[in-house]
Amino acid sequence: MTAEPVVTPEPVVTTAPAVTTGAANTAAGISAGAAGADTIVDAGTRGVGADVGRPDGVPKVQGRFAFSSDLWADDFLWGHTLRSPHASARILGIDIGPALATAGVHAVLLADDVPGRLNYGLEHPDQPVLADGQVRYVGEPVAVVAADHPDVARRAAEAIVVDYEPTDPLTDPEAAPTAEPIHPNGNVFREINIRHGDLDATGEVVVEGTYEVGMQDQAFMGPESGLALPDDDGGVELFISTQWLHVDREQIAACLGIDEEQVRLTLAGVGGAFGAREDLSLQIHLCLLALHTGKPVKMVYSRDESFFGHVHRHPAKMWYRHHADGDGRLVKVEARIVLDGGAYASTSSAVIANASCFAAGPYKVPAAHIVGLAARTNNPPCGAMRGFGAVQTCFGHESQMDKLAAALNMDPVELRLINALDSGDRLVTGQVITGTFPVAEVILQCAGAPAPDIPPSDDRRDLPGGSGRTTDAADTVRGTGFAVGFKNLMFSEGYDDYSSAACRVADGVATVTCACAEVGQGFVTLAQQIARTELGVDEVILAPAQTATIGSAGSSSASRQTWMSGGAVQAACRAVRDQILADVAADWGVSPDGLVLRDGLVVSLDGQQEALLAQITAGAGYEADVEYHHAPTEALDENGQGNAHVSFACAAHRVVADVDPDLGLVRIRDITTAQDVGRILNPTQAVGQIEGGTAQGVGLALMEEIILDNGQVRNASFTDYVIPTTLDMPDVTIAAWVEHPEPNAPYGAKGIGEPPTISSSAAVAAAVRDATNLPLPKIPIHPADIALG
Amino acid sequence: MSDVVVARSLDEAQEALAHQPDATVLAGGTDLMVEINRGLRRPRHVVGVAQVPELHRWSVADNRVVVGAGVTYTEMMTTALADAAPALAQAARTVGSPPIRNAGTLGGNLGTASPAGDTLPVLAALNAEIVVTGPDGERRMGLDDFVVGVKQTSLRPGELIVAAELDRPRGRQEFLKIGPRNAMVISMAGLALVADHDARTVRCALGAVAAGIPRARDAEVWVAERIDWDDGAAVSDAVADEFGQRVAAAASPIDDHRSTAAYRRHAVAVLATRALKRAFAQGGGDDA
Repeated sequence: MTAEPVVTPEPVVTTAPAVTTGAANTAAGISAGAAGADTIVDAGTRGVGADVGRPDGVPKVQGRFAFSSDLWADDFLWGHTLRSPHASARILGIDIGPALATAGVHAVLLADDVPGRLNYGLEHPDQPVLADGQVRYVGEPVAVVAADHPDVARRAAEAIVVDYEPTDPLTDPEAAPTAEPIHPNGNVFREINIRHGDLDATGEVVVEGTYEVGMQDQAFMGPESGLALPDDDGGVELFISTQWLHVDREQIAACLGIDEEQVRLTLAGVGGAFGAREDLSLQIHLCLLALHTGKPVKMVYSRDESFFGHVHRHPAKMWYRHHADGDGRLVKVEARIVLDGGAYASTSSAVIANASCFAAGPYKVPAAHIVGLAARTNNPPCGAMRGFGAVQTCFGHESQMDKLAAALNMDPVELRLINALDSGDRLVTGQVITGTFPVAEVILQCAGAPAPDIPPSDDRRDLPGGSGRTTDAADTVRGTGFAVGFKNLMFSEGYDDYSSAACRVADGVATVTCACAEVGQGFVTLAQQIARTELGVDEVILAPAQTATIGSAGSSSASRQTWMSGGAVQAACRAVRDQILADVAADWGVSPDGLVLRDGLVVSLDGQQEALLAQITAGAGYEADVEYHHAPTEALDENGQGNAHVSFACAAHRVVADVDPDLGLVRIRDITTAQDVGRILNPTQAVGQIEGGTAQGVGLALMEEIILDNGQVRNASFTDYVIPTTLDMPDVTIAAWVEHPEPNAPYGAKGIGEPPTISSSAAVAAAVRDATNLPLPKIPIHPADIALG
Repeated sequence: MSDVVVARSLDEAQEALAHQPDATVLAGGTDLMVEINRGLRRPRHVVGVAQVPELHRWSVADNRVVVGAGVTYTEMMTTALADAAPALAQAARTVGSPPIRNAGTLGGNLGTASPAGDTLPVLAALNAEIVVTGPDGERRMGLDDFVVGVKQTSLRPGELIVAAELDRPRGRQEFLKIGPRNAMVISMAGLALVADHDARTVRCALGAVAAGIPRARDAEVWVAERIDWDDGAAVSDAVADEFGQRVAAAASPIDDHRSTAAYRRHAVAVLATRALKRAFAQGGGDDA
């Protein structure tokens, strides 16, 4: 192996921003601006709205893109983590002697070696950096080792003697609230009670059901990895794949016991995230080892280890009772949702809020009583994953809507249409939807799309069982399912998840700086598109995402970066534009309102004057640095009421599936979708989000499940944790972009990453039910559930 | 660290194994490297046989097919082997992805000896003789005598798998396999069925439903008496269904993280019924 130097990011000029726009709640003023949300200034060929290719696309396909696992530094060490084999055990003693005595080992660190705060966590710091006297889940880090070779580090970790006293694990979240606390903070992360409308109301038609969702993994392709380099002043530099650099820094610094400024993070190449990189994994461990040894330290989890290195989607058990009048109009929804949060808090309290707030679906529900519980167990910790609580409850409410349609002898699509929420309607949290929310149009576009033309095929790969040759066409039955789901965009309940961006234009070239984590969603493309549109330039440099050069961008999650960091970039560019135009206007003795930036020129609208932007911005150029905030939200009250969310987006899926009922095998033949997107800013990237999100939902519906046995993970590998292949996932037909620009969103665009994952699982399950007439109350639907159901 | 000998001839491989009889043999690496990467195995001595030309040979004669241990799944699917041993090609297609099929070999599938090894039911149904060579010379044995337990073979120290010799009966061959998705899966249940119109027998073997690779011998005998060997009438639904039940009786499946015993037994019955119907459709079969 050849040692190569770390790729050092280009230096970014950050001194003396000419203008700082920002502070709180300026969303409307900054984002919509004079042009208004409906007007896209000038898409050009490579601006906003154009089909611009990803700058990292070709390198990734060719294997030339440097992921965080590809980092190297001179004389670096390899880190390795020793993990608990027990779901619950007391640690009576740890002997690191044999590990330290191993040739090539530079450090073996335990909880006692953590110099600062012993625990970390996104919302509640309740998770030990290294286990301190107690382990609470299988895979919990107990010790970290640094050695001069990865195998030496691994073997040294195996040589650590831990004296465990195993105890019976608590694995049932429903038993957790009354069980002996397994953590000083207790066994309940959060309980929510949404009480809305007349709780005594009853409907003529009542349907009840109990549903379950298994534990899904984000299954990103690039396992956790990073490289930490100690500096000369007791600080540390960390190259890391993450979703949110600044919140990582905050937690790392607290646990290292040093100032945040002494921890400098740079985003390394991220191989997917889907929520799994919101929580810390190896960040603190790497920095501890680097500071302790004085050497650069690299860690790369193996694929198997990755299953223990990050949180998963919460498994859910849900009870529902829907009341409707004789025409199918919903009267009341009752639900109880129990999420297994696993051993530590992660984002459980926000996930259960989402699950509860959206439990009734995108429907007008005059009365609701929804109880949500997220409980602590000795199962693996659960947290953020694409859809964030709304996926689980969408399976519940859509299963109920189908059941209700059957009870009413009504078309399931018609039932959804007559209950569809719209702008101006009220959620079960009492919040009135003020933005766009075209649920009925999304339903109509998806359900009304032409029925798929599926020619008969003798190719067994088109049939259930695929390459296994199990099934002939005569062995199959076909079903169609429909589902619609929704969720919030951005963080909720009073959280100010702002984003920061800087823009500099010098010599006619724009440089944009933002700490937004590119995790595959396409921000690197979009940021350049925005700068081109706002500044009329073609060449846009996107500086590396770092903590040292710019403020927080917030998390690449919650479908929020197009809006929030897109908004910050737009605002920064507009601030620079305004400076340039003001100077030019003064020079020319005209009003800046009569000037625009276009094609690398400053042009007067009357066509009388123009100047090269490169000349105007020669030398020091112009620079602006902004913070962008969304409209404020508020906490839910004791009845789960309040304006807790910023904005909403919905999607619908129609799925046609062929099922082999004797063997319980499924081949999806067609997926058609429509989505509430606000405005499409890059069509290819939008298609990518919708296809990928839909596939992740297909996986949850049919195969993706972490199998637990008394707290032990039984399938921590891609051999046994399976995700859809091309024989499981058909092409996705996008029936329509439902484009109603969101008033306060930059360019009117809504985040589009999560909605496809929410309704696709439910639609697949509905199609399989339609084919088999089985109740199928749990996803994933395994072959035995059908064949022996 | 391991020491690795890369053998470039059968003699070199045998010599290396004679020198280190406990060495681990590495062919395509699709099983071994996974175990090494997971830290489950750390062999001290490795003999690489991917570059042994003798092991890559295969041949097709009128009534016999010889497949070298180094023949890859891709080769089983894409050469004349696919016509001579169709079930072997069908099984090979179910293994992994194209890169895995380009690397993985018949010898590796035998050496791993997993109950879920996809070619193993085919070898059993084709009365394979496994040819091994070692310090005591060449030995030949049936699959039953080669696979003696879950991931256990009767290979002796220093022995190397050389080839499998298969029957080439006149009649249809079927391999069917169930996994948790439609491609690239470890078997939850698999079945190979071979019709032999000269011997007037049906041979059926099962994968992933027992510690070994059981042949459903009682069901084979029972159904052979109910086939219209002379006129080629389609097998009746009743016979096919009962055959399925009788085949399932040969399975001794377990519950594990991939499936349940109940489902596996049920699935094997369905697969057997379907395989028999395909092999003995109206007028079909003996020309296949």
